[in-house]
Amino acid sequence: MLLDKSIAELAGLLRKREITIEQLVLESIERCEQGVSLNCFISLRDKQALLKEAREKDAALSDDKHLLYGMPFSVKDSYVTQDLPTTSGSRVLKNFISPYTATVVQKLLDTGAILIGKNNQDSWGHGGSNENTDFGPVKNPWNPAYISGGSSGGSAVAVAARMVTFSIGEDTGGSIRNPASMCGISGLKVTYGRVSRYGTIAYASSLDTVGPLAKSAEDLAIVLQTIAGSDPKDGSSSHRPVDTYTEGLTDGVVGKKIGLPKQFFAENYNPEVRSTILAAVEQMKELGLTTVELDMPMLNYAIPIYYMLASSETSSNLARYDGVRYGTGRENFLPESARRIMLGTYALSAGYAEKLYKNAQRARTLLIDNYADAFKQCDFIAAPTTPSPAQKFGELLDNPMENMLADLFTATINIVGVPSLAVPAGFTADKLPIGLQIIGDKFQERAILTLARAYQDATTWHKEVPEIHL
Amino acid sequence: MTNQTYQLVCGMEVHAELKTASKMFCGCKNDPFHAEQPNTYTCPVCLGLPGALPVANKRAIEWTIKLGLALGCKINLFSKFDRKHYFYPDLPKGYQISQYDLPFCYDGTIETEHGTVRIHRIHLEEDTGKLLHKTVAGKQLSLIDFNRSSVPLVEIVTEPDITSAAHAAAYGKQLRSIMKYLDIANCDMEQGGMRLEANVSLRPANETALPNYKTEIKNINSFRFLEQAIDFEVQRQTALLEKGERIPQETRGWNAVKQETYPQRSKEDAEDYRYFPDPDIPPIRFTTEQIEALRAELPELPDAVSRRWEAEYHVSRSLAAQVLENQAAAELYETLFSRAKQQGVSAEALLKNIQSKKVPAPESVGAEKSLAAFEALQKTESIDTTELTTIIHKVLAENPDISAKYFHGQKQIIGFAMGQVMRQLPQKSDPSQVRTALLRELESST
Repeated sequence: MLLDKSIAELAGLLRKREITIEQLVLESIERCEQGVSLNCFISLRDKQALLKEAREKDAALSDDKHLLYGMPFSVKDSYVTQDLPTTSGSRVLKNFISPYTATVVQKLLDTGAILIGKNNQDSWGHGGSNENTDFGPVKNPWNPAYISGGSSGGSAVAVAARMVTFSIGEDTGGSIRNPASMCGISGLKVTYGRVSRYGTIAYASSLDTVGPLAKSAEDLAIVLQTIAGSDPKDGSSSHRPVDTYTEGLTDGVVGKKIGLPKQFFAENYNPEVRSTILAAVEQMKELGLTTVELDMPMLNYAIPIYYMLASSETSSNLARYDGVRYGTGRENFLPESARRIMLGTYALSAGYAEKLYKNAQRARTLLIDNYADAFKQCDFIAAPTTPSPAQKFGELLDNPMENMLADLFTATINIVGVPSLAVPAGFTADKLPIGLQIIGDKFQERAILTLARAYQDATTWHKEVPEIHL
Repeated sequence: MTNQTYQLVCGMEVHAELKTASKMFCGCKNDPFHAEQPNTYTCPVCLGLPGALPVANKRAIEWTIKLGLALGCKINLFSKFDRKHYFYPDLPKGYQISQYDLPFCYDGTIETEHGTVRIHRIHLEEDTGKLLHKTVAGKQLSLIDFNRSSVPLVEIVTEPDITSAAHAAAYGKQLRSIMKYLDIANCDMEQGGMRLEANVSLRPANETALPNYKTEIKNINSFRFLEQAIDFEVQRQTALLEKGERIPQETRGWNAVKQETYPQRSKEDAEDYRYFPDPDIPPIRFTTEQIEALRAELPELPDAVSRRWEAEYHVSRSLAAQVLENQAAAELYETLFSRAKQQGVSAEALLKNIQSKKVPAPESVGAEKSLAAFEALQKTESIDTTELTTIIHKVLAENPDISAKYFHGQKQIIGFAMGQVMRQLPQKSDPSQVRTALLRELESST
């Protein structure tokens, strides 16, 4: 299977003419067809058009092409594209075709990468199970009775099931890392402002980040190198020069320090997850890293801070879908989105904003201080990605509070704006993936990718492929 | 007895569209009134399409600050944009990007002939689209034109310092003249490029506390309507107060046909705008140096120019105000007046003759020709004083009874004397000049 190979391997084979882009794209289409019951795509491009594009790209292939040239990829349906519909997982945008293409998608298309289709997601990014979608739940390739995680569930499954070489997800409170972890792949949440948000359908603007999901840290680095950088169309994108992520990633991590916040390692969540993460920390010590225990008391307030801010912002961002300009009306919002819109509207209302929204903003500052102090004591922070492995369908849908708690270990990273990635670190006894989270200081993507690469060089978890039950 | 017992308490909110080349948060052309077609100057950003993001127009921010500096405002070195939420079809995002608690400018003043008006704040926001309700093929439709959507809009809010309808109009005119002079806004009121709102309430004449209500008269598009609307409100509110009624807090509109205000919205359905900082636009920080650099770019303002002209050229300020429309005009008249001064010509008389169109305006012929034309006119009209004195002496010598009758109180004899003098003058002359000279001669001969 070609799609099980790394991007660098595939690029090498293409240049040696041992394989063709047409073969690669055909395999991608076939994998999508075989795994159709996983329901990870909302829209797919026409097969003949894809093969035609592949043949044209084969004809134009030369050694100086970008590494991503000819690579089949997908994007979450929250990115607007001119050629395929954009729904953000919601019936509200059922017939919406964008007149423009998101910056991140355009940058990838400009390299010659080939967009296969657009992935299913929790609508508007609201959820961590990919059940809150108008296009049917996404199934976990490791066991289709279980959720994929979310909200970028479709992207994670497309990569895990080897349908594409990589996918672009969107992470507001854990939406890339959570499904990456549950599906046994690698996912990167970038520093806020590192990748342009232009053309990303907003969930919560001060928390939304654009990042890749792929089979390994090595592949994440290649995609990040392509999509990172300031964008004149996104005032919140950073002008800071982009680091080199693709070279020197095998440089040692010896002597670096990993912080372990005691709030992330209490015995109040799934014991299999906890022991797996502790084992991963031991593994990293063997690579030459040391550990230090951290006390970050504000981490306990992750969920209330996150849900106040994210709901407030989403109530504003979704106000435009009032039924006047887009075909379908407000009654099409699913219960989870309606809940968040109402919560946010309430939190911003006169008389309540001071107690709710503004207090959450103050708490956000305290949380930022907690992280700043932590990074004075260590180079990385390690954490589980989710408090439990993938749940069975319906478990989170029936329990909205449990659904919120799924963001316990991921949400503070968005609130603070630092980068974090999830890498596979083991499996439960039932063979469900468990993900380790490696968090860095602002703009330290290169550092966390280096550590993740070192960890993946020493482990094989990320090489495990689910057998797709057809 | 209406206006004697109650006193007007009035503050104003004025919106003006800035004439930047592009819109407030996108690169679209900012020229809504001259677009050939509706919805042509639009893009994903000003249409509020999914995924689009605003990027603030630097020039619009600088112009807002310049306006603030021109009005003596303080400038917030740390400022930001906020989202103001309400639902209306002409507002494509469901919120307007505005400024809430940290406007760019605050605490300034505007001087008018009716008194000072303090500026409370000046902030920058985006304009909305424009609704057009019309019947198309027998169907009543509401159409939306987004050419105006996201055009930069400054809002200038005063303290409740305005004491009469005339005061309000004078304030508005002064503000408009400053914005036009700074060349930052066209202030076309008919098109809606400048829109007026007056907050009107009354209090007993001997009190100083603010009334516990206010009536907001919205969307007034001329200074005449502004005066009429305020006068109407004063009468309406006086009548209610005299009847002992409480006046509700409400928004009212002005019906120019019926010449009356009418209720639009009461406080009970006042909206909660749920303001919060726009997370798409980073906060804006200025250094004192940056603000001072903007201040240095400010021209000498019309008020200062007219003061200086009064001192340097003895031009009355009310006359000067009529030509101080823009900086180009100010420069032109400056040249004209300084040349006039060099040649010993009265700038005031020159300006009067230009305004009465007896002398061609420098705007059309240039300062030199305008001045030359005035000098030529003076030659034909004013009489050489020596010649005039000689003729007066001659007339008085030939008609000795003129002096005699004049000193016996028969002042009407002056008419006869003037006729005699005028008849002997070589050309059509200024009677007042003759009269003055004649009287001076009669008085001095005693």
